[in-house]
Amino acid sequence: MRVNDAVIGAVLLVLSLAVVWHVRSFPTIPGQPYGAALYPFLIGCGLGICSLLLIAKGFRSGIPIVETGQRGDADDAPSGHRPVAFVTTLLALLFYLLFAERLGFLVSSTLMLIALFLAYGVRRVMVVPLAVIATLVIHYGFYKLLKVPLPWGLLESFAW
Amino acid sequence: MDAVLTALQMVFSTQVLLAMAGSALFGLFVGAIPGLTATMATALLVPITFFLPPVPAVAMMVTATAMAIFAGDIPGCLLRIPGTPASAAYTDESYAMTRNGQAETALGIALVFSVIGGLFGTVVLIVAAPALAEVALNFSSYEYFWLVLLGLTCAVFITGDAPLKGMVTLFLGLLAGSVGLQNPAAHPRFTFGSADMLGGLSLIPAMIGLFAVSEILRFSLAPEKIDEFKRQVGSVFRGMGGLMRKYKVQTLRGSAVGTAIGALPGAGADIAAWISYAMSRRMSKEPEKFGSGHPEGLVEAGASNNGALAGAWIPALVFGIPGDSITAIVIGVLYMQNMNPGPMIFINNPENIYAVFAVFVLANLMMLPFGWLCIKAAARVLRAPRNVLMPIILVFCVVGAFAINNSPFDLWVLVAFGLAGWFLEANGYPIAPAILGMLLGVMLEEHFITSMIKADGNPLGFIERPIAAGLAICTLLLWSVSGWLALRRHLRRRQAPAAIAQ
Repeated sequence: MRVNDAVIGAVLLVLSLAVVWHVRSFPTIPGQPYGAALYPFLIGCGLGICSLLLIAKGFRSGIPIVETGQRGDADDAPSGHRPVAFVTTLLALLFYLLFAERLGFLVSSTLMLIALFLAYGVRRVMVVPLAVIATLVIHYGFYKLLKVPLPWGLLESFAW
Repeated sequence: MDAVLTALQMVFSTQVLLAMAGSALFGLFVGAIPGLTATMATALLVPITFFLPPVPAVAMMVTATAMAIFAGDIPGCLLRIPGTPASAAYTDESYAMTRNGQAETALGIALVFSVIGGLFGTVVLIVAAPALAEVALNFSSYEYFWLVLLGLTCAVFITGDAPLKGMVTLFLGLLAGSVGLQNPAAHPRFTFGSADMLGGLSLIPAMIGLFAVSEILRFSLAPEKIDEFKRQVGSVFRGMGGLMRKYKVQTLRGSAVGTAIGALPGAGADIAAWISYAMSRRMSKEPEKFGSGHPEGLVEAGASNNGALAGAWIPALVFGIPGDSITAIVIGVLYMQNMNPGPMIFINNPENIYAVFAVFVLANLMMLPFGWLCIKAAARVLRAPRNVLMPIILVFCVVGAFAINNSPFDLWVLVAFGLAGWFLEANGYPIAPAILGMLLGVMLEEHFITSMIKADGNPLGFIERPIAAGLAICTLLLWSVSGWLALRRHLRRRQAPAAIAQ
């Protein structure tokens, strides 16, 4: 996805103004002029100047406001262009973040891998076995060997 | 001398050698698969190295990156797809050699001159780092302030075509680094009342997001198609002696330039390869042969990108300022291992430093047999199904980011930075300045505020000491030259349409 620099600049300008405004509320230590606010204030100013330059650059460039699709591959291989796979990847991550604690690692990782394998065009017969095996291997490596407390969730009573 | 012996004992232990062999295979695999980079290899290793003692942890990262940078040349040569960005500079050249029936020579050059470049960089590291550390012992907050600023400046301006965009990502990185309590007044900044953010945004999950998750997102949108490669590769070492003699100047120049560029903060193996390839062409007696399968540029750039790997460790070990994005991750690991980089480490733990040196030599020597095996197995490695690998790597990223602090909040950091990294990259914003900003932000602020207090707000205090003044001049010079170049480019672009209109 290509976005015109003017749009990015505008968003960053709002961000930098918010930073500069927000740091004014930081407490100061009496008799000590250089506190927690000075450094982020300077960063905010720098970012603000850069975003103004970006806006100017974006206006001059004449590039459309938003352009989907990666650079360079517009002309060849339409099959390589897969917004579905991209959205699935994001949703799978979001799913894991929201439900891993409750469902446990084994369940959520398997589901996540099944969704991703399907979206990435892995052969149908292979999808479930691969997802299960990969999950078990990663679980063994991290939970058993490296002692990372991956959540058990639903399978708490079967924990091994 | 005792320290050297202790270091050798530490390196030549079964645990370290096994770890190196394992990470060598891992590095070769990651490097040879297009879409997986050497930086990603390092990021993926972090959760594992986290559970190891410092020496095997460092050994794994050094070995994996050296192997990955070499292995990136293999698909570039055989399929015209660079395995890592560091091979992109000369992919067309080496593929042209393959088309001329010289695949063996091209792969042999990639292997042999990678080893030479890597060893050259290692020698420079061994000589330069302790000497620099001696100088750095006298540094005060002024020198460190300018040094960090110079490093960040390099990161923005060396990356080349988009200094404005580099500046933007640098400021974003600095801003992300300023979250939390870690500031002179210990005031909770930008935490939005969240207890998770008091300690700041965790560096390692952020880097796994920026360098691994973003790559998977990019792959999900546009996977490059990989053709099958069937032919058996013959003897790769034939003729290498001749090339070494014929191109000794180029080898030396490539190694030296690569090491130097690696040592500059923010610029790593990929930029070293581009610059060395261009330089080789400009200085060549037969520049017309470049592009048609001529070994000269391959020799120079192949040595250069492996030299850069070792060069990047010089500022990383001595000052804690990373020379490239790989060492940015390494520094994060060193802090976790309580092996804080800086000149004091050369005095307090010299055996650890010597162990790093020994690991570098060993890793580069190991490249010969391991690389040879990888070339032999190339046809099989390149057939690895990336649509199966990528989802598994994604789960690995999630679990790895969780493993560092066992904190679910870190997973949000991972995803946010992954998305940000993908978006910025897709719009031509360089990532390296952001990661440098995030890593060095705390250091920059600490030395800046300390210096301000010491100098009582007087800017002249910042340049009273000679080394500080020298660093200040370098920084300001870099700023003014880059500003002048940008202005000239801007004016020229203005004039060009006007001239056409007339």
